[in-house]
Amino acid sequence: MIYFDNAATTLQKPPAVAEAVLEALQSLGNAGRGAHEPTLKAARVIYDTRVKLAKLLGAADPSRIAFTCNATEALNSVLQRLFAPGDHVLTTVCEHNSVLRPLYLAKTNGVEVTHLQADALGRIDYADLEKNLRPQTKAVVITHASNLTGNVTDLDLVADFTHQHGLLLVVDASQTAGCLPVDVTKTGIDILCFTGHKGLMGPQGTGGVYVRPGLAPRPFKVGGSGVHSFLTTHPDKMPTALEAGTLNGHGIAGLNAALDFLLATGVEKIHAHEEMLMRRFVQGVQALPEVKLYGDYQAAERAAIVSLNIGTLDSGAVSDILWEDYQICVRAGAHCAPLLHRHFGTEQQGAVRFSFGCFNTAAEVDAAVTAVREIALQYAQENRD
Amino acid sequence: MRLKRLYMIITFATTTEAMAAEKFCLEHDIGGRLIPVPQEISAGCGLAWRMLPEDFALLERQRSQWSFAVEECREIMM
Repeated sequence: MIYFDNAATTLQKPPAVAEAVLEALQSLGNAGRGAHEPTLKAARVIYDTRVKLAKLLGAADPSRIAFTCNATEALNSVLQRLFAPGDHVLTTVCEHNSVLRPLYLAKTNGVEVTHLQADALGRIDYADLEKNLRPQTKAVVITHASNLTGNVTDLDLVADFTHQHGLLLVVDASQTAGCLPVDVTKTGIDILCFTGHKGLMGPQGTGGVYVRPGLAPRPFKVGGSGVHSFLTTHPDKMPTALEAGTLNGHGIAGLNAALDFLLATGVEKIHAHEEMLMRRFVQGVQALPEVKLYGDYQAAERAAIVSLNIGTLDSGAVSDILWEDYQICVRAGAHCAPLLHRHFGTEQQGAVRFSFGCFNTAAEVDAAVTAVREIALQYAQENRD
Repeated sequence: MRLKRLYMIITFATTTEAMAAEKFCLEHDIGGRLIPVPQEISAGCGLAWRMLPEDFALLERQRSQWSFAVEECREIMM
């Protein structure tokens, strides 16, 4: 089997991840819910994971990172209560539903949202930020990399804009945390949401949000906190403010082990490998008959994602052939990115997404190129006859 | 039965601060351990760092390096 669905979740992870989860299942209590050794062990693992995430993401204070069960929860935890009626938010058509839907929900509460458009290659025009700025604009909410095209947002440029106008910069790093270098302090990111099970190579059910010092989040989820039990309101200190209820200590222990691997290997090195695979695949398929790629493949910086279609073939049918005939795992369909599919005119067809990971090899890429070539040539032949 | 003696009790606003304090004390060879917050300080739940007054004096001397915030410090016989 060849696994090229790393943008959905990484399947191949450092072996220490599973070992850490098993060890955690057998030894961790509930963090912050007592002072006996198993509960303290859980709290130590979770704290140590915060420290490692802070190091990876360039955050000076680990307590500014709250754990969530995924990027969607992280985005909801900030987007649902960040804005007031009358506020205006700038976002893009490149966003995943985990950004789009919380903002649609905010719209029902009187928040106005502008989606910046993309060009034929799925790139936004950064000048549109300025053109769509209003006196009521409060924030730019933007993905670091599209989960459909792999196009990467120039966060330095967007941060310059938000800083210049006193706006918040909220970044969805679902496709980049662990895959591309991210430095929240150097870039000046106010809020960064990430998942633990993709590039960070932790277990599913892990994720988190960085909130810069000085910014007070208003939790959308309240409940048990392990501290101040007699308060009628949820504690407002980070990270407790955004961590109501028992944390996924077992999953976070796995994420901790994954972070050890990432920090020892280096995100730059992992990115270089994944980029090599992605560009090798593009080189192999871009000139094939009837193959259409979506995204900007001339860009200097890209996520290791390639989406394509073969003629008018249903993307689901192509993915099924890739699995059944070649044992290659890819993702088909709309990828929860409806506005970008509408933009590309692929609402019905969807797209076949190949996403490469740290443990993929050049030989696997070559096998995928062969598979796409055979499917494309067969399609071309059938449509010629 | 434990013999009562005087301890310095430090409390924190979050479990994360308690963890940071424990890490700091261990790294700087300062004695003490995490315990449930005593009722004399706060009803409910949470963690406190319990230490001997002489260890607290050592911790105090390194206040500028603290990587954690404390909510309250109080001497208690326990």
